[in-house]
Parts: sequence; C-alpha cells; structure tokens
Amino acid sequence: MSKKELIGGYPAYMRKSIEKVAATRSKRLKEGPPSPMSPEEREAILERNHPDYKPSGKRKLAIGPSAGELVPHEVADIIESHPVIDPRSIDLTKVDYDVDVLVIGGGGAGTVAAIFAHDEGIPTDRILIVTKLRHGDCNSIMAQGGIQAADRPQDSPVMHYLDVMGGGHYANKPELVRALVSDAPGIIHWHEDMGVMYDKVDGEYMEAHGGGTSRMRMHSAKDYTGKETFNTIRDQARNLNIPVLEFFPAVEILLDKQGHAAGAVVYNIETEEYRIIRAKATVLATGGFGRIHIQGFPTTNHYGATADGLVMAYRAGANIIDMDSVQYHPTGVAFPAAILGQLATEKLRNQGATPVNVDGEEFVFPLEPRDVESAAFIEECWVKNKGIETPSGIRGVWLDTPMIDAIHGKGTLKKALAAMWTMWHRHDIDITVDPALVYPTLHYQNGGVEIDANGYTRVPGLFAGGECEGGVHGKNRLMGNSQLDYNVFGRRAGISAGQWAKKAKVDGLSLQHAIDYEQALEKAGIDTDRKAPIILPDYRPESVHERTLGHLL
Amino acid sequence: MASKKPDKEMIHIHVMGKTYEVPAGLTIMDAMEYAGYRFTRGAGCRSGFCGACSTVYRHEGDYRLQFALACQETAQDGMYLVQLPFTPAPRAEYDIEKINPKENVLLQYYPEIARCVSCNTCTKACPQDIQVMDYIQAALRGDIAKTAELSFDCIQCGLCSMRCPADIKHYHMAQMARRIYGRYMSPVPQHLEDRLQEIAEGKFDAELDRLVSMSRKELEEAYAARVREEAPAESEKSE
Repeated sequence: MSKKELIGGYPAYMRKSIEKVAATRSKRLKEGPPSPMSPEEREAILERNHPDYKPSGKRKLAIGPSAGELVPHEVADIIESHPVIDPRSIDLTKVDYDVDVLVIGGGGAGTVAAIFAHDEGIPTDRILIVTKLRHGDCNSIMAQGGIQAADRPQDSPVMHYLDVMGGGHYANKPELVRALVSDAPGIIHWHEDMGVMYDKVDGEYMEAHGGGTSRMRMHSAKDYTGKETFNTIRDQARNLNIPVLEFFPAVEILLDKQGHAAGAVVYNIETEEYRIIRAKATVLATGGFGRIHIQGFPTTNHYGATADGLVMAYRAGANIIDMDSVQYHPTGVAFPAAILGQLATEKLRNQGATPVNVDGEEFVFPLEPRDVESAAFIEECWVKNKGIETPSGIRGVWLDTPMIDAIHGKGTLKKALAAMWTMWHRHDIDITVDPALVYPTLHYQNGGVEIDANGYTRVPGLFAGGECEGGVHGKNRLMGNSQLDYNVFGRRAGISAGQWAKKAKVDGLSLQHAIDYEQALEKAGIDTDRKAPIILPDYRPESVHERTLGHLL
Repeated sequence: MASKKPDKEMIHIHVMGKTYEVPAGLTIMDAMEYAGYRFTRGAGCRSGFCGACSTVYRHEGDYRLQFALACQETAQDGMYLVQLPFTPAPRAEYDIEKINPKENVLLQYYPEIARCVSCNTCTKACPQDIQVMDYIQAALRGDIAKTAELSFDCIQCGLCSMRCPADIKHYHMAQMARRIYGRYMSPVPQHLEDRLQEIAEGKFDAELDRLVSMSRKELEEAYAARVREEAPAESEKSE
C-alpha cells in the first residue's frame, strides 16, 4: 500500500472511528466492560455465529476407524486421500535408522517427549526426533499469552478442572482433564528448574486471567511465553544430545506384523529420497492443522501445521475425537493485510484492552471463552454491521490497546507486550496510542487422535502428545492450556513410550495398512487424486501453477 | 491464500538476481510466493517468533545491507533480496544443575566474547532491535541479570553471529545467560512448592474423583456456581 494514504499506519478513512474509540475511552475505563454472558446466552450466540455451527462446513468420514464422524471438509479431504508413497514399492528390508523411541515432530510435545523418554532410561542415541522443518519451527514457540497452572492458595486443580470442562462444553475426556490440571504445577516447577524466566514481581508470579478462567492462573514470560519456555526445553534437549533429523518429514507410519507401530517412512526434502526408521515405540507429536485453512480462514499457525500426524495415524488404525470443532482465536490481525491472521495475544485483553465497535462502544465481555468471544466479533461485524472495513474488504473490530497503559501506567504495554508492540510498530502502528484492528483467525485443532491419560492411542506402540491428540479440550480450548497440554501429554507420551520400548520387540515391518487403505478408498467410491500428508501448503498463485513444468532436474 | 487480497498497486523486487512484479503491501515472504517461490527452507512460524526467515536485502542505489525477517517486513519497490539458510554455530554444552553460576561463568563457556571489538554490527543486524552489543558487554562484566534482560526478545535467527567480525555466538550465550538467571537468580515462589506438596499428599484427589464421575447436569451446575476472582484492575474500576 502506498504510505501517503496512511496516518499513523491506518488509512485516513478509519481515523473518524479511531477518534470515537478515543472519545469513549475514559467513560469505558470508569464503568468497566459488559458483564459475562450466561451459559444460555453463550450457546445462543455460538449457534447464531460460530463457523463450527454451520452444517455446510462439514461432512461425515466415509472410511477408517472413525467412519461416520463429522469433520470439516478440509480435514475429510486430507484423511480421504492416497498415501504420498507407493506402499508396494518401498523397500522395507533396508533399515536406515534403528532406534528405541522415534518422535515424529520437532515442536514442544516432541521435544518434551524425547526428554522424558530419556528420563525413563532410554539412552539418547536410541532416541530420534524427526521434523519437517527445523527443530523448533512449531506453534509452541509462537504462544504468547501464557500457561495455566493452579498454584495460588486461592486456586486449586479442582477449579482449573471446572474451568476446562465448562470451556470445552463438557465434551472433554475427564481423565485427560484431570491429568492436565494435576500435572500443571509440576510442569511449572520443571520449567523453573531448567531456568525459564517467568514474570515475577517481588518474588511472586504475575498471574492473570484468561478467557473463561475463574481464578488468575496464567503464568507468562512477557508476551514471549512460548518462545521462552520452548527455547529452554530445546536447549535442554541439546545439552542432552538428543539426535534430531531436520527437514525429514514422516510420510507414513510403519506397523509390524502384529499391528504395532514400528517406526516411519521419512522423506528427505532436499534429495527427495525416502529413509526407513525402525522403532520399538513411536510418538506422534505433529501438531495441528491451521495451514489447511478451514473455511478459508487465515491462520496463526506455523508453516508446517498441516495435520500430517492425523492422516498417518488414521491410516495406521488410530481413531480421532472432537475433530468437528475448530478454534478460531478472536483476535487475529485484521489490518494491515501484510500480517493478516497473525496472532494478537489474549494477554492484551487480560491486561485490560477491550473490544469496541466502529462507534467506540463495547459489545462483549472481553474474556469470554474463545469460541464465544469470536462469535460475538463475527456478529458485530456481519450481522449488526458495526465492524470496520479494511481496504481489502475484511471487517474487524477494534481492540482498545491504549487502555492497558491507562490502567497499569505508561510503559506497561511496551514492556509486558513487547512482541505485540513490535509487530504493529513494524507497520507504523503504535498500539499504545491507537487501537488495533482484529478479527477471528484459525488458531487451534481442538480435537485429534484419541489418547488415554498416559498418551496411548488405539494403536499399540503409538503414543501421542500435544495439538495432534484429542480429548483434552473438548469442543473449545481455553487460553494457556495448549502450552500446558504439550508439556503434560508430551511428558506422559514420552514416559509411556520409554516404558513400552523397554519391553517391545519389532516383528518385521509392514505397509499393508496403507495398501488396505487404498482399497478402502476405492471400495467407498472415493475417486480422487488427492495425496496426503501434504507436508507444506502451496501458496503460489494460479498464474504460476498454470505454467509450471514440474521437476525437470 | 484467497482471503489475502493484495492492493492493486504493483512493485518490482529482485530475488537472487531475477526481477519480479508483485503486488504492494505483501510481506517479503508472501511476495516471493506470489512470484512463484515455494519455500522448503527459510520459512517457519511465519509470525516473527522462530527466526527461520532471516533475509538480507539492499535497496536500489544504496550501498548498505539491511536485515529483516521475511515474514514480518513489507516488500518495497526495488529491494534486492537474498534468503539466508540457517547457519551452523557452535554452542557450549553444559548441565544447568551442575554449573557454578559465578560472575565469569559466561566467559568460561563462551571465551570468544572477550574478542568483542564494540563495533555494534550485531546490534545493527538484529531484526528484533535488541541491543546485542550491550548484552555482550554486560556478559563480559559478569552481569548475568542484565544479559538475560537485554536479550530476552531474542528469536535466535543468528544474524548477529553471521555478521560478527569476532565470531561471537551471541544468541547461544544469551540463551545460557537467561537459563542461569531463571534457575539461580529468580527463586521459585513458596506457594508453588506448597501446592506440589499438597498434590503429592493427595489433597485434591477426593474432590477430583467426585468431579470426574459427575453427570453433565451436575457439572453444569458446579460450573455455573463458580465465582470469578476479580483482577486488581477490575476492582479499581468498579470502585
């Protein structure tokens, strides 16, 4: 966009609305935000406006262990796909890597799983992490707002449990929620032992609310919580010398003759060769699905978030749960277009910023659970027509960020929310002076491969942790529980995999399940040339695709 | 992606010697994809947190090299662009439990910081606007807290170390400084220790047993009966 049309980073026509926001600020500060909704009001607004509640967005899976389950079309498309390899032509007799524990995924859950498999007694040279990009190119590193743990005297794991169940619409698996809330304080302590710099004042944690919490239990490290915690965990894994194969995505899980998980076929992105990894236990830690853009939404997710693990585990016989629900984070960036859909942390709201419409009016309690908050934004923009339209035709609502300094004192935002300040400042917007324009963005895969409390999937020898697994969050995850999830269930999956590997014997390697899956597709009459896992999205425009000659060299 | 509608105005960028016409208003990464590049390296989180997309560029007619994250910087007309693959840099191995957090510990593990000539090239290369040279100087003085504080926003893209004439590995050393600070200079609050003790003693087991076996209706009632703790800022407002 040409700079001359912008004032303080915003198009001149938006200035009138920004002035209205400024004009109502002192009144809003005095009166406080609207009250939280009742459970009935929440259900009603979700029914009216949340994308999950649109029946046309989903279909029933035709084949596989969860046939009949309703999932978004985009998920059904990758599940009802052919393998990227020809399972009949892969040579399984030459094993390139023979390990005890294979971890698929180099993000938070995978790294934690590897550390705890080692803790369980597996030597580091018998562990292998494989990842499609670099070790740490993941969603965990991007988490901003915080991690929940009930550690204050006025709080308890019991209260945390209730918040999680209510936020998830009671669809969560109780034993998983129990594990999540009970392990949380121990996870924070583990982080402390490794040297994570959590925010403290006078030696006490600075704990805050998140959407849908009844107690302030959000632990943060400025608005770089994910980076600070993940980088510390990765540094620990590096000190332990846990081997990592980077740019080596897994493309199919291997089973043995008994039907137990026994490793994976992996693909070298540069040389385009495959390699065979045999493992006594396999941990799935492949993260979520943001980059398949459910219902066309932009996403906060990293480049490799394409649900590869879901596809591979499903073919190997694992069932999925709660995949009908998708988390849209209420505050994705709506303007400028260059950073559309990137995350504006919920911490902005837990520090006092409130959503306001084009006329500078508040219309929703700022810290509803994420699905409810998102539904309220969508209604304000597209039903009540009180949103602000951007030059590219997107609508958004204001997040009145200058309220943070007005409440906590000048300089607070820039210090406590440095990443946010920098992100908009790079586009000439100063969010301590002007509000930020936001709209819901695709953020999190609420469901996934079903696990039990110890990270076991339905496939013996296959364990899962982090965003790829399902059952923990029900139909909606609360802020600060994804960081917690990858630690709690990454750890549990790693311990279980370590224990399993000590007893397991791999009896031959097989890709028969992939051959069977091909046949099931044909039998169900699914005539498609789709292949999955898709590994990385393709953002090249049609004009390029039309003229491509493919790989000539 | 379909929802990302660029402005109509077009600009020219030069990617590794080839010129492309792309819409204005895209990030460098999006602009390169528009031009036909499909990244398999040099793209990670696409939100400015992972440090995968270090980019070196120069403006037409300008002799200076500039540095940015391709996912955060808007492409401008006349940019000459090169994507840098992540470069190897040695890091010191240590056991956080066993190191002695004395003043010269950083110098002991990263002796090359003493080679710093205060040229400030590292700071100029930093896409996060971190005062990199200042934290190296703090580390030399043995001020671990300052090193940790100044380097906190580091995303480990490695541009500082690539540019450093003294071959200092700033970001690895800074990671170690933050861990030492977190582990040894910022004590664990007592209430966390107390809570762990309570969990170990099974204080919440009976109540959790009860919750886990509740019917949906009972859970809904228990959920509705919660009283939300007021944040200090909220109580100030309601006064």
